[in-house]
Amino acid sequence: MANKVIKLSEVSKSFDGDIAVERLSLSVKDGEFLTLLGPSGCGKTTMMRLLGGFEECDSGEILLDGKPMTGVDPENRPVNTVFQSYALFPHMSVYDNISFGLKIAGLKTADIDREVGKALKLVRLENMGQRMPGELSGGQQQRIAIARAIVNKPRVLLLDEPMSALDYRLRKDMQKELKELQRTLGITFILVTHDQEEAFTMSDRVVVMNNGSIEQIGTPREIYEDPANLYVARFVGEINVLDGTITGKRKKSFNAEVEGVPVSVKSKREFSEGDKIHVLLRPEDFRVEIMREVNDDPELAEKFSKALLKGSVEQTYYKGATYDLDITLDDGKKILVSEFFDEDAETLYFHAGDRVAVGWFEGWEVVLPHEG
Amino acid sequence: MKDKRLFKRFIIGGVLGWITLFGLVPTVMLLGVSFMTRHPDELIDPTFSLQSYFRLFEPALGTMLMQSLLMAGTATFLCLLIGYPFAYIVARTNRETSRLMLMLVMIPFWTNTLIRTYAMVAVLKADGLLNKTLIFLGLIDAPIKIMYTQTAVFIGLVYTLLPFMILPLYAAIEKLDHRLLESARDLGAGRWLTFRKITIPLTMPGIVSGCMLVFLPALGMFYIPDVLGGARTMLLGNYIRDQFLTARDLPMGSAASIAMTLIMGLMLALYYRSMRRSGRRLKI
Repeated sequence: MANKVIKLSEVSKSFDGDIAVERLSLSVKDGEFLTLLGPSGCGKTTMMRLLGGFEECDSGEILLDGKPMTGVDPENRPVNTVFQSYALFPHMSVYDNISFGLKIAGLKTADIDREVGKALKLVRLENMGQRMPGELSGGQQQRIAIARAIVNKPRVLLLDEPMSALDYRLRKDMQKELKELQRTLGITFILVTHDQEEAFTMSDRVVVMNNGSIEQIGTPREIYEDPANLYVARFVGEINVLDGTITGKRKKSFNAEVEGVPVSVKSKREFSEGDKIHVLLRPEDFRVEIMREVNDDPELAEKFSKALLKGSVEQTYYKGATYDLDITLDDGKKILVSEFFDEDAETLYFHAGDRVAVGWFEGWEVVLPHEG
Repeated sequence: MKDKRLFKRFIIGGVLGWITLFGLVPTVMLLGVSFMTRHPDELIDPTFSLQSYFRLFEPALGTMLMQSLLMAGTATFLCLLIGYPFAYIVARTNRETSRLMLMLVMIPFWTNTLIRTYAMVAVLKADGLLNKTLIFLGLIDAPIKIMYTQTAVFIGLVYTLLPFMILPLYAAIEKLDHRLLESARDLGAGRWLTFRKITIPLTMPGIVSGCMLVFLPALGMFYIPDVLGGARTMLLGNYIRDQFLTARDLPMGSAASIAMTLIMGLMLALYYRSMRRSGRRLKI
């Protein structure tokens, strides 16, 4: 597991002066499911094409199993790609598509038959060998594209937004299947996507990219719960950004003024007095109670001892699994809060106009230096 | 609504009438005449006879026919050899350059083919442009004889028919999905193998229609062998014209025409079959 199958060092690539990837370094572990996540134009597809050999780096180096890939043509790299459009050969049957790489590799007919059969079984399309790609549904074409790539037993499988053309339900199923397939085969998968949920569902590690550079590398949990900066925080899921200033330092926490209210915050990062900060909170990190009840109940008040912001409920949304609130804090800041249903809690149901106390679960906040 | 339908009928009817009058009727007449007998004084002797068709298989005629097919075939092959790389470059280059290159392909159409063929004489003759240039460049010492050789005929045929090869090829190559080529490379196929296994099969409709558009006219372009080949090389088209105008053997000329039409028809049928097959397979 610890072996590095891919190592990129200081890789740069630009097209007609437009920088697509800039001085990017990254290592990929053998057998890992890694996702390049970012909006369109962030350089993730260029990365994929550099790895596949369809583009050459302007500078820097890509090592595959320790061997430099500079000047190595796509056909000579132990890497296979599943293209966004699937790129199945329309004039060949499913069987011929899948056996394409094996025939070139010079396998015997009997071996090709066996391998193609295995690959078709893996993608659960056993009886489709004689069909033409045009006769298959989008989901089936996608599976054939995957079968055509994995049948060659590549060291690394590149997947370029492979699910973007599928509908929601099918996409969900394919995500699980793909993850399962990766576990079965033990091949290193590198997926490119702009869909955060997809990235989190499948990956061991996620690389968040922006403007040709890496913003953060980490497990899905690290990315979500401990974003390195505002960009990452905003890109993965809903986030509330509160503004504040550090007012004092204590043993394990900081005193700060956030949205005009004195609070206590925790952070692994170092701050000194007077530093401007962002306090990031996911909608589900908040705790909200009716103001009056907090005033009346000392036990409840204790829960808000570290932070007690005040505000009014603007809107409520019933979401099924959660119950969302738009709240305007007293200094005018708007926040979004998600409450999970709890049968014991009477106070879960708020109404527009309710005065509420807003706090958060201790230690769930992420404190970042103020960006601008 | 009614006006529109009337207009549509008028247009379609007009075209249909035109094709019937000037296309179908002469062909039917030709077919009829081909089964008649030659008359020494009159235009035609309406006695039924298969003699003209039998004569098509006479050794001398057979040789001429084979030669004609071979010449047209060679010209087609040369056009394909020159046209494919050209069309590929045009289809794969940037928009402005490809537009300019296509324009250059089209420009010759602005001048009549016959006039252009005569212009070729000025280029190819002993003291013509080509020889003078070659001597000036020091590549040859004395003029080479090109005019009135088979080479001149080939040059003329390829020059005249090349655009008909390039345009359908361009259309087919332009439609080719570049990602399929990358995909083939990704799966381990080198450039040449990718070209053979992906590019050629997927542009086959363009190759076939280009070859048809060159081969069929090449059989009948009698004025090119006349002007450039000094009437020493014969195409089927020359033979047919001679039967009508010189030998005054209308049934023979008609039979040869019908034979040529049959060859063309056969090729068209093959073409549509290949189109249908790839069409069925290409639907996505």
